[in-house]
Amino acid sequence: MSDMDEMEDGSGIVKKFMFLNRKAPHGTVYALEGLEVVLITAAFDQDVSMVFTDDGIYQLMKGIDTKGIEVKDFSRTYRALEGYDIEKLYVDQASLDARGLTEDDLIVDVTVLSVDEMANLMAEQDVVISF
Amino acid sequence: MEFGILVNEGPYTHQASDTAYLFARTAIEKGHKVPRVFFYHDGVNNSTRLATPPQDDRNVSSRWSKLAEEHAVDLVVCVAAAQRRGINDDVLAPGFRISGLGQLVEMGIQYDRLVTFGD
Repeated sequence: MSDMDEMEDGSGIVKKFMFLNRKAPHGTVYALEGLEVVLITAAFDQDVSMVFTDDGIYQLMKGIDTKGIEVKDFSRTYRALEGYDIEKLYVDQASLDARGLTEDDLIVDVTVLSVDEMANLMAEQDVVISF
Repeated sequence: MEFGILVNEGPYTHQASDTAYLFARTAIEKGHKVPRVFFYHDGVNNSTRLATPPQDDRNVSSRWSKLAEEHAVDLVVCVAAAQRRGINDDVLAPGFRISGLGQLVEMGIQYDRLVTFGD
């Protein structure tokens, strides 16, 4: 029962899936395992958006080096998202400001949104999954 | 209404699995349907039949199994998350099965609501 077989199910229905990334890339497994769900959802031809907020914006930081903590560095996966037709990447302005960061500190092109704009975008979604 | 449920935390340390169970049971009692529960991250640890909590405490995996048996709830454990954590077919409690993340995406596509329980 591979995921390839399962992709036959529910074909034709396209829903808006938002993945809300709230946690730092390392320290917990949520970011790494969350990315797997994002990629599978895109493989089901769904309308995928990714939001990075709170410590989740650290997932997109330039210069991540995991050698010292001896865990897998998966940050290059974010650069590959475009190849999976995942191009809607949003970052919360307030979360950037609170951490002294700007778009220039991030490894991919994103759209920066205010809290109100983010709330509107969230309200448009069919499914919101938070990691 | 049809609810899909996502459980992202293991038993006992977090309340997530308990709250998800109570939500599912109550939804069914109220006449809704819970066709599937998906276990991800440490949530896969809810599926082991090897857990033996003290007798005066609830048994988290057993009551999921009971719910599955009585109401035909499909209890799906993510294969990749399970392999990381030593969960395989040999240790599964009744009613649980191991499958891919596509089963989670399907819940989002097919059901009226997808409700996440976790941190």
